Amino acid sequence: MAWLVVRLAISMSLLYAASAVFEDQVGKFDWRQQFIGKVRFALFDTHSQASKKLLVATEQNVFASLNSRTGDLFWRHVDKTGPEGHIDALLMYGQDAVVVVGNGRLLRSWETTVGGLKWETVLDTGSFQAAALVGVQDLVKYAAVLKKSAISLHDLSSGSEIWVENLPDSDSVQYQTIYSGGNGLVFVLGVVPNSHIVIVEYKIEDGEIMNKKSVEAAWMSSLESSCAVVSSGILLCVDQITQSLYTLPLQSAEQTEMRQIHLQTLDLEVVSGFRPVLTSTQPNPAQPPLSEFFLQLSPDHHILLQFKDGLIAPLRDFNPSYLAAFATSGERTVAAVMSPKNDTACSINLFSADTGRRHLDTTIIYHMDPNGGKPNRLYVHAFLKKDDSVGYRVMVQTEDLTLTFLQQPGRVVWMREEALADVVTMEMVDLPFTGTQAELEGEFGKKAAIQDGLLPMVLKRLSSQFILLQAWLAHLWKLFYDARKPRSSVKNEVTIDILSRDEFNLQKMMLMVTASGKLFGIDSKSGTILWKQYLENIQPNSVFKLIVQRTTAHFPHPPQCTLLIKNKDTGLGSLYVFNPIFGKKSQISVPALPRPVLQTLLLPVIDQDYAKVLLLIDDQYKVTAFPSTKNVLQQLQDTASSIFFYLVDSSQGKLSGFRLRKDLSTELIWEVVIPTEVQKIVAVKGKRANEHVHSQGRVMGDRSVLYKYLNPNLLAVITESTDAHPERSFVGIILIDGVTGRIVHEAVQRKARGPVHFVHSENWVVYVYWNSKFRRNEFSVLELFEGAELYNTTVFSSLDRPHPPQVLQQSYIFPAPINTLEATLTEKGITSRHLLVGLPSGNILSLPKLFLDPRRPEVVSEQSREENLIPYAPEMPIREEWFINYNQTVSRIRGIYTAPSGLESTCLVVAYGLDIYQSRVFPSKQFDVLKDDYDYILISSVLFGLFFATMISKRLAEVKLLNRAWR
Amino acid sequence: MATMRVLSLILSVLSSVTLLWTQSGECNNGRRSGEAVDTDFSGFSVPLEHSFEVDDVPRFSLRGVLQFRGGREHGVYLAQNQLSEKDRNTLKDVAAVDGLYRIRVPRVSLQADRQTERQAEGYLTTFVRACSLVESHLSDVITLHTDVSGCVVGVSIVTIPGSCRGIEVEDEVDLEVFNTTISVVAPVTAPVPETAPYIERMEQEMEKKGKNPQEQKSFFAKYSIYIVPLVLFLMMSGAQDQSGGGAGGGAANGGGR
Repeated sequence: MAWLVVRLAISMSLLYAASAVFEDQVGKFDWRQQFIGKVRFALFDTHSQASKKLLVATEQNVFASLNSRTGDLFWRHVDKTGPEGHIDALLMYGQDAVVVVGNGRLLRSWETTVGGLKWETVLDTGSFQAAALVGVQDLVKYAAVLKKSAISLHDLSSGSEIWVENLPDSDSVQYQTIYSGGNGLVFVLGVVPNSHIVIVEYKIEDGEIMNKKSVEAAWMSSLESSCAVVSSGILLCVDQITQSLYTLPLQSAEQTEMRQIHLQTLDLEVVSGFRPVLTSTQPNPAQPPLSEFFLQLSPDHHILLQFKDGLIAPLRDFNPSYLAAFATSGERTVAAVMSPKNDTACSINLFSADTGRRHLDTTIIYHMDPNGGKPNRLYVHAFLKKDDSVGYRVMVQTEDLTLTFLQQPGRVVWMREEALADVVTMEMVDLPFTGTQAELEGEFGKKAAIQDGLLPMVLKRLSSQFILLQAWLAHLWKLFYDARKPRSSVKNEVTIDILSRDEFNLQKMMLMVTASGKLFGIDSKSGTILWKQYLENIQPNSVFKLIVQRTTAHFPHPPQCTLLIKNKDTGLGSLYVFNPIFGKKSQISVPALPRPVLQTLLLPVIDQDYAKVLLLIDDQYKVTAFPSTKNVLQQLQDTASSIFFYLVDSSQGKLSGFRLRKDLSTELIWEVVIPTEVQKIVAVKGKRANEHVHSQGRVMGDRSVLYKYLNPNLLAVITESTDAHPERSFVGIILIDGVTGRIVHEAVQRKARGPVHFVHSENWVVYVYWNSKFRRNEFSVLELFEGAELYNTTVFSSLDRPHPPQVLQQSYIFPAPINTLEATLTEKGITSRHLLVGLPSGNILSLPKLFLDPRRPEVVSEQSREENLIPYAPEMPIREEWFINYNQTVSRIRGIYTAPSGLESTCLVVAYGLDIYQSRVFPSKQFDVLKDDYDYILISSVLFGLFFATMISKRLAEVKLLNRAWR
Repeated sequence: MATMRVLSLILSVLSSVTLLWTQSGECNNGRRSGEAVDTDFSGFSVPLEHSFEVDDVPRFSLRGVLQFRGGREHGVYLAQNQLSEKDRNTLKDVAAVDGLYRIRVPRVSLQADRQTERQAEGYLTTFVRACSLVESHLSDVITLHTDVSGCVVGVSIVTIPGSCRGIEVEDEVDLEVFNTTISVVAPVTAPVPETAPYIERMEQEMEKKGKNPQEQKSFFAKYSIYIVPLVLFLMMSGAQDQSGGGAGGGAANGGGR
């Protein structure tokens, strides 16, 4: 009894023990990468020469400051997702950055050095149109914000509102632009499409309307992209239909019509179908803009023009040219133009803005990534060198959201892969063996043994042993060589060539698919991007499914992954087959998918090249097999009657099951219809295919066994009620056998609503919902048991399991909202399971499944104590030491991926959202690994000591015996 | 469960079997829970159809009639026909080629006040292997699953025993009458976190502690019955052999499942 208590105490204390890392383990096996997303605005801090700041605002509602020397983040502010946190405008003056957020809801000023908020003002309602800095007498003092029906002026130092004025006729006129040239006036420009332009002049001091006029412009539909203000207040517009430029002095009272200048007179022509773009620059908001401007005539044709004395003169024609941008340093404004050089490279050159003359020795060669997209944005940072010439650096953003920062003569200073801010799905693939390991594998391959005789086998054996010896010697030499060098100079660079599986398979290849259609292969140990591949022509609303068809275990066949890309609207899909280790596209012919794909099914059937067969079911319930060799088709025919699949049509609430026929057509075998007027299906999840369950049952307190109901075909269907009233809403959970369509269990969680997160594994389902009555998040766990005896102990068949399982369920309060939920996964399933809960705070909680056990007793009894059951407590604890990512929070965590490693105790975890975090978790602690601080010296010295002590005492004993014998 | 089986055995003499509504009439659709159930409603019936063809193309024919009794005491009866000579042979043939035996019921709502929308379009189908039906001598369990509003969402059929061992069924009489157990299952209400009993229990414990101050003995006094033998045992074992030890620790870490 005493032993039992002690053992219980020990095991309980171990189970409760923290899974947190120790201080010296930080960063040892985990890493985090922070991202910002697709850049919307980027401004270089030109305030001082030595400044390294680069301010960016992105589509992901992130406002951040980057170190322009390294590309690292100085600071980052992540705002709300969706339109509420959308960054509408970014203005910068001096040390401060002014940001308009949430469709003109808030005006904020940030201190750019440390990223502190200086002030924040709530603006009046109304949709945002434009914002501009307003200067008076060479000093920038105000920021003007234009809304749909009002304009307001704010003081830059305090954010206080100076004045707000309603715009005249705002229901008919679309006001779109603000302009101020530092002469005490603010111009608001509006347009009545295909009729006229309205120009309103406001006095800066008190917002009094000084002048209001309207000018005929029947050809104009929008001001924003086709117009710009140049020189001292000249409105310049371009129209592709009339092929003309129009000019209008904003302030002159006499001119009531826009002056038309035909592009023909300048020997220019806009390519048909292209909307020409005017780009001007206003280096100082307190002074009028420059009289030079860019006109883009086609996607790869820019021209630098100058407006002088009412006339327009071309300064320089850039044909071809992809991108052009102005930059100012001190008093000098330059223009950088990117032109194609050859198929793989572009050259960027600097030109002085006022003359169009090329600056000497300013070429930057930009090498385009053959696996990447085209450049589409150019940001220029110009600075004055010591000899007063202008130097510059550029940041290029490409279609695949790569930010590249370059300096002369083309050195890439840093690169950021911002596509990784939006990871959609991922997989982890084992790394291949090294050449020598593979050699050994090949030697003992089945084919080789049959073909060769005895002697060649012996020779082969000797040669491979020799290769091993060679590799070992090389390894030793390298160790010796590295040991002599100082520690810091030993480079730990990971390249694709030296990648090989480690002893415990802890290092893997992470395959990440991003929303922009870029694929990444990332080393899980260091986070280094080993390969990337941009898939062009991916629709923005595509859904992806990544399938590993062949792992690295089948040397010499390369591993093979298939990405199914499906257009959400049309349902049409395409397959992209690639090697996950090197990222190369496979040469295998891919079946054409002329019809929308409804479902995919990865079969355990393999073809002669060890690739698993993928079945694709189209909307006519026809099946396409990939690969579809003769061998595969033969195997499919043989096993057709045991291949079942299910389809979910949530719009009709229909779940249906099909069986494969020998001719690859299908037959409907079951149908379950959940009426959509009461509830709708929100999610369906099966179990993970690579999951192993070690124990078939649980040992109870009375030494009997409660067997688990381990149905591999079980589907968990989550429904939500259509009635949203807090008293009547409910969340339904239905467990359906995917083969027979039998409803195994059906439960309703009343007064609950989504979003529901759930995990379905082994014999349990855990789901989280929102209790609308008590206004809190709750966990519920369902466990299924067969009972005290198994129906069929050898094999599970859905067709032959007549008795329904026993279902146990319990619910708990969870004191925090959650973003995502996943369960740990280990090689053999011996290790106890933990749930990984992604919290909105960015922490990942590793919650022992022990706490989510429906057998937790209300009243503690001897038997429950024997079973290690924790007494029931309605509230689930959150302990800080359970956070696996300590302070490395993952912003906007969207998914957690778990993969087993070669060590049973260890599970690899990747959390992705705006950031990516990789770590390892040890749900039952590291029971199969010696600790890091294991005292080898002590143990071995004790061993040796004991050994010698025995020797000596043996000797002494012998002597003593001898002496006694003589006596 | 056991009583259910006994019941089904007793009733198996008859060709139609009834079972109770397994839930306590918890069938409100959330919207009209307050309304009284239509008492004068006498129930309604829907056909239960089956299909077993050698070519595996479903052609459904009437197997029996499901009779639902309205009102709070929901029950379901199944009146079904005997299998004809021809059907028996077909069923045996289908079983021989490992074909499917399918059944279907129309989508209905069991809620009395929703009669107008009762006959929704479509059927709910399911299947069982024909051989297992034959080998079980036509003893099957049919379950109708309803949603919260009492609408039938799914049907399932299993045979007991469910396996196909290839046993030849000689006696023709065994394949004449169905021995069916039929039931209607409504979703169970999932439990919510039980705070009240927990608080009650905690209070009781607190009270207990407060009442018996003499029970708050020191650690040693409390556990002396364990500690003294433990120390004695350690001393004894330490004196006897010094070679052992080191074997204990391994198992403690891994368990938990």
